[in-house]
Amino acid sequence: MREPLLRLSGLEPFVLTKDIPFVNVGERTNVTGSAKFRKLITNRDYATALDVARDQVENGAQIIDVNMDEGLIDSKQAMIDFLNLVAAEPDIARVPVMIDSSKWDVIEAGLQCVQGKPVVNSISLKEGEEVFLHHASLCLAYGAAVVVMAFDEEGQADSFERKTEICARAYKILTERVGFPPEDIIFDPNIFAVATGIEEHDNYGVDFIEAARWIRQNLPHCHISGGVSNLSFSFRGNEPVREAMHAVFLYHAIKAGMDMGIVNAGQLAVYDQIDADLREACEDVVLNRSTANGGNATENLLDIAERYKGDKREEKKRDLAWRDWPVEKRLEHALVNGITEFVDHDTEEARQMAEKPLDVIEGPLMAGMNVVGDLFGAGKMFLPQVVKSARVMKQAVAVLLPYMEEEKRLSGGGGKETAGTVLMATVKGDVHDIGKNIVGVVLACNNYEIIDLGVMVPPQKILEEAKARNVDIIGLSGLITPSLDEMVHLATELEREGFDIPLLIGGATTSRVHTAVKISPRYSRSQAIYVTDASRAVGVVSSLLSKTQKQDYIDGIRLEYAEVADRHERAERAKSRLPLAAARANALKIDWTDYSVPRPAFTGAKVVDNWDLAEIARYIDWTPFFQTWELKGVYPRILDDEKYGEAARNLLADAQSMLQRIIGESWFGPRAVVGFWPANRYGDDIRLFRDPERTQELAMLHTLRQQTSKRKDSPNVALADFVAPEGVKDWVGGFVVTAGPEEAELAERFEKAGDDYGAIMVKALADRFAEAMAEMLHERVRREFWAYAPDEQFAPDELIGEPYRGIRPAPGYPAQPDHTEKRTLFDLLDAKAATGVELTESMAMWPGSSVSGLYIGHPDTYYFGVAKVERDQVADYAARKGMELEEAERWLAPILNYRPDASMTIAAE
Amino acid sequence: MRSFTVPPAKNIADLNRVARERILFLDGAMGTQIQSLGLDEDAFRGQGGRSCAYHSELPQKGNNDLLILTQPDAIEAIHYDFAMAGADFVETNTFSSTTIAQADYAMEAAVHDLNAEGARIARKAVNRATAEDGKPRWVAGAVGPTNRTASISPDVNDPGYRAVTFDDLRIAYGQQIRGLIAGGADLILIETIFDTLNAKAAIFACFEAFAEHGARLPIMISGTITDASGRTLSGQTPTAFWHSVRHSRPYTVGLNCALGADAMRPHLSELAGAADTLVCAYPNAGLPNAFGKYDEEPEDTARKVEVFAKEGLVNVVGGCCGTTPDHIREIAERVSAYAPRNIWEMADA
Repeated sequence: MREPLLRLSGLEPFVLTKDIPFVNVGERTNVTGSAKFRKLITNRDYATALDVARDQVENGAQIIDVNMDEGLIDSKQAMIDFLNLVAAEPDIARVPVMIDSSKWDVIEAGLQCVQGKPVVNSISLKEGEEVFLHHASLCLAYGAAVVVMAFDEEGQADSFERKTEICARAYKILTERVGFPPEDIIFDPNIFAVATGIEEHDNYGVDFIEAARWIRQNLPHCHISGGVSNLSFSFRGNEPVREAMHAVFLYHAIKAGMDMGIVNAGQLAVYDQIDADLREACEDVVLNRSTANGGNATENLLDIAERYKGDKREEKKRDLAWRDWPVEKRLEHALVNGITEFVDHDTEEARQMAEKPLDVIEGPLMAGMNVVGDLFGAGKMFLPQVVKSARVMKQAVAVLLPYMEEEKRLSGGGGKETAGTVLMATVKGDVHDIGKNIVGVVLACNNYEIIDLGVMVPPQKILEEAKARNVDIIGLSGLITPSLDEMVHLATELEREGFDIPLLIGGATTSRVHTAVKISPRYSRSQAIYVTDASRAVGVVSSLLSKTQKQDYIDGIRLEYAEVADRHERAERAKSRLPLAAARANALKIDWTDYSVPRPAFTGAKVVDNWDLAEIARYIDWTPFFQTWELKGVYPRILDDEKYGEAARNLLADAQSMLQRIIGESWFGPRAVVGFWPANRYGDDIRLFRDPERTQELAMLHTLRQQTSKRKDSPNVALADFVAPEGVKDWVGGFVVTAGPEEAELAERFEKAGDDYGAIMVKALADRFAEAMAEMLHERVRREFWAYAPDEQFAPDELIGEPYRGIRPAPGYPAQPDHTEKRTLFDLLDAKAATGVELTESMAMWPGSSVSGLYIGHPDTYYFGVAKVERDQVADYAARKGMELEEAERWLAPILNYRPDASMTIAAE
Repeated sequence: MRSFTVPPAKNIADLNRVARERILFLDGAMGTQIQSLGLDEDAFRGQGGRSCAYHSELPQKGNNDLLILTQPDAIEAIHYDFAMAGADFVETNTFSSTTIAQADYAMEAAVHDLNAEGARIARKAVNRATAEDGKPRWVAGAVGPTNRTASISPDVNDPGYRAVTFDDLRIAYGQQIRGLIAGGADLILIETIFDTLNAKAAIFACFEAFAEHGARLPIMISGTITDASGRTLSGQTPTAFWHSVRHSRPYTVGLNCALGADAMRPHLSELAGAADTLVCAYPNAGLPNAFGKYDEEPEDTARKVEVFAKEGLVNVVGGCCGTTPDHIREIAERVSAYAPRNIWEMADA
């Protein structure tokens, strides 16, 4: 059986483990303890009252105490209203609530409003056993922990004997008669004021501390709490003395077993930092001792207290205490916290102390980056923070570089030792590099030297550079599907050229299955390894470069990939595909009889300019932005995420500030073109016409049909099914949008300035702009250009769920996996001239932050995946396109359900 | 004076024993099976079955729970199919049998009968199956979330507003649970919990009903996590959810419905790490397709559920939306080979 621990919850769990010496219960949302809060509640200013609660949580309160016991307000209603409002504030509701009232009906009303596991404060034997049992049973049924006051029919316990006797009796009743879990019992043995001048009060501190010790030793699993501020009641108005008394009291009470308390987290002195005189005097009072010279403790404290009267508390300033640390620690702090402000100065200081500039890099800077690496590995830092650390590192290295060059010039030698060299490239025909850059930065942070060949790198160049620079590992990245084949090709070349270094594969379309099935078998001299995301890169690379682990690691991967490939093959064999004719017979059958759709406002292509960057920004869907940074979660909820929340908030703040500059300084020049043409379905294709009478064919859009065998009522759909057949007037549209070519120059400028974070950020934002433009343009199409939904009204954030009529499928995506269809689209729109967007040889769009697609308007359209297709369809498709079968197979390689090189007879079975 | 200290029901010993021996199976989706019957409004009102003693002006098509009274034989047949497919626990067809949920059909008056008859029909099916193969089976009285949230305001402009209170829910759930107990349910299954406060009201109602009944029935608790943030609709993490319901001392805690088994796995893993009781999981057959139907084949779902068992995360598995008797059969076949999650030697965590 596991240790019974107090387990509470708000939106997030709280467990009082042994590692937590003391739980702060925030007291600011208590009308009896805070005049400010009382005023806010009596004035029904709930918005500000919520701010008070939020501040407490931000200041570290692990539980918030809510008390509405005030004669002038309806306590019960105020409790309900406030807790309901708290429930709507995730940054407050994440911690558990302590429902605090002396009136049971207020407590019960509160219990009915919280979904988490709260604490009730409090119940007691004051009104006898029956009432106590009643309240305790209800607390159990509501699922709450309880604070039990040391109070019985006789009154409040003040002495050690009374405190322990009452608590023991309550414990017995709760555990034996109610079935209350002992770990959910928190005793409050009453903290009373000391140093009041009344002799009977002098031992109150000791009585509490000793009672706490006895309770923890004799009543298993329970806890001790108390309202600390009572203790110093007689020093009202002298905050420094009160804080010192509290700190001293807690120091001793916590040692005795007090593990929870109602305190103002923002106002607690640190025991070690209290003036020695004052601390000593407080100690005498709390522990009821005579002073060192035999004097009266209370009188002594009163004397000393005079000195602190009127002391104003210092304004809380930005904490720069770390600036006094030794330079190594300062550099570490700057690296871990991503602070560039002082790094030039600190690096210079370290350089002057070091024998040579390289020692600064290998010494304190690498040590700091190792801390970053460890924290990242342990999940305590997140990618954006690591990239910021790298920025600090780069800036520090930039300070040292001139000295190192100089040294090199003088001695003609010396180079830095790295943990290994990794060559990275985005493969030929592909321009996407955000992910690759992130991996590069993370690896660089871990002392690997990175040779980044950039984007659209031909295989020959990769091979040459790898050989010339004697690299240890090659990493390939790609986002579009043709890149997969480039990777296979490169693996084959590596094998042929006799390379024996590991090959890492990453990027959006890559996968473990593809790497195992298609790439790994081509490169047997070493191993191709799929890397899920940047956070894995360090682990993979360090295993591969470790002399001791490398072979085991590679053997493990080989075994795993062999299994994956085997499983894949079996699964594929088991998947039955329909012959093309059967799939066509099961096409989606839309009833076109009464269909009519408005004629678009124009036919042919039209440039859409005058984009307002601020307006585009409103349409940004932030969820994919966070995914780019490997923060997984849905916006805006990710901002409150337990794990990623803080990193996400900081990232968003940085993004917003760059966004302001992008808009204010017009960094991007967005461009777009849109067109419409009369169209009709023609078999599995869509025929476009030059003229409204539909006599002259303009172009043919080819589409692919699903060949998976379906359950009875799902069709085998192709995009063509969504377009009306001959005889019904229908249109199809197309578009290309781009955030503009400026992103590349901007990113380069950031990189040159040593700011990789900025470089990645600007690219990530350019991508978001392009996607947002596509969303905006589609909206205009529906309401204005094609106008089949002129009255549509959705807010930008509602559009994310695609609630509207019609789709905008893009070539190269699941509904039409053939990238070469972009050629037709680009020709129709004269897109290069209109927008500056070009197609690479792999049919990727340059600049990368561009989006293209078709518009189809029927209400029954939806997005689907074509999935794997058979040779019969590919042959038919190639013939329709006027393409050689081999060429079609190359473009469709990722979705072929057969091996193109296998003999026809086998595939035709 | 309130007291909820009542002895546990007698069946708990059997249930604990069998849970130590093997992974147990829950049934699949009632709704999917009912849909496949293609019943029309008249059939819902009892044509071809039994005429309904309760009258409502509103159309009843879609009120699946009402079929307990109007098409009892069809419902019993579905229960029987699931039982024979391998389900140890057969869930009553009472997901929406509260006054709150039945208000949509103006069928509040039928609530007691829906629950009592619902349990009886399930019992009949289970007995018929057990008579054939001798395997013991249990009737789990299904308690749904209702269509209101007790801790979320439906009005964005008034975050303090609540469309339903704890007491509304406690009373409605109390009626339902008393009906289920009267009809002979062996367990109470509080499922598809998207707002933990609703579930806490149901737990409270259980405490009250069990105290009247004189015995504490085993409770199964099942939350649902419907988006990628890994939280319930009302914002709790799986562990926070567990802390909120642990006072019910449930026989099982777990997850159901939502985005399918793959998406469920990490959340289930967290819950299994936190909970010191049996863990139960019954995902949907993947995600609904564009037509709102579930495409996942029995084998696909079973393979994914098998991962739960392989990783030692579960004691009870089954299926939610889209899962048929074939799915349950396939799950039982694949999962039976694995040992149940061991909570009896769970180390201090």
